[in-house]
Amino acid sequence: MDFSSLRETQPHEYIIRFLFGGVCTVSAGLIAKRYGPGIGGLFLAFPAIFPASASLIENHEKKRKAEHGFNGTIRGRLAASIDASGASLGCIGLAMFALTLRMALPGHVALHTLVAASVVWITISSLLWSISRHRIFHKRKKLTDQRRQDV
Amino acid sequence: MSEFVMRFLIGGAVVSLFAAIGDVLRPKSFAGLFGAAPSIALATVGLTTSKQGSQYAAAEAHSMIFGAIAFFIYAISVSRVLARYKTAALPTTIILMSVWFAVSIGLWRWWGRFS
Repeated sequence: MDFSSLRETQPHEYIIRFLFGGVCTVSAGLIAKRYGPGIGGLFLAFPAIFPASASLIENHEKKRKAEHGFNGTIRGRLAASIDASGASLGCIGLAMFALTLRMALPGHVALHTLVAASVVWITISSLLWSISRHRIFHKRKKLTDQRRQDV
Repeated sequence: MSEFVMRFLIGGAVVSLFAAIGDVLRPKSFAGLFGAAPSIALATVGLTTSKQGSQYAAAEAHSMIFGAIAFFIYAISVSRVLARYKTAALPTTIILMSVWFAVSIGLWRWWGRFS
């Protein structure tokens, strides 16, 4: 954890996030009201934080490099790319979150279901990240390639 | 009206909270998981259940699966474009949002044929 990142974020950036999050949530409710839960439900998985986060990561990396007299444009964009790659793993957890809600909501207390679905989301996402981090499947592929060469 | 004010405040707070968690976590690939946090769902499902019932909320959750699959394809597209073409993050993420719209609505319509 690096709490100094919180100080790097400007007050107006926090305000933009809050407004954007609020607008996205209200829009999801309005769309569901107008077009029904089918279309409305899609917007529960709307990438609300994503564009602002990617842009902030790029800007923060650029600023850090600029403090040392370097142009960090490319580094900032690559950092945003790594963040997006992590988000793609989180999306699989997000789908499992939705599936848990879909299966458990009828007949269970909403709060309990939300807690269970959140646990599923963070567990699946972290597990996938760990697998990706340790390149478990990559190692297996390497071993298979090695065996092929041996044969 | 008060329902939408409440949605706005809760949604803004939850989205900001997950964004702040993503800021402090390291490495960046792990922090990225929080870019796909179920922030809007956490902010709205409780309210939806209390107003429209759990069946309605379950129907929304069903569609949310398609939205999440679309988000997955969108996030991979953004990651690949940024890494390969080194374009600016904000315009790239906004332009590629069309991928999310196309995939999520396409999947929802495709699934509708079977139900």
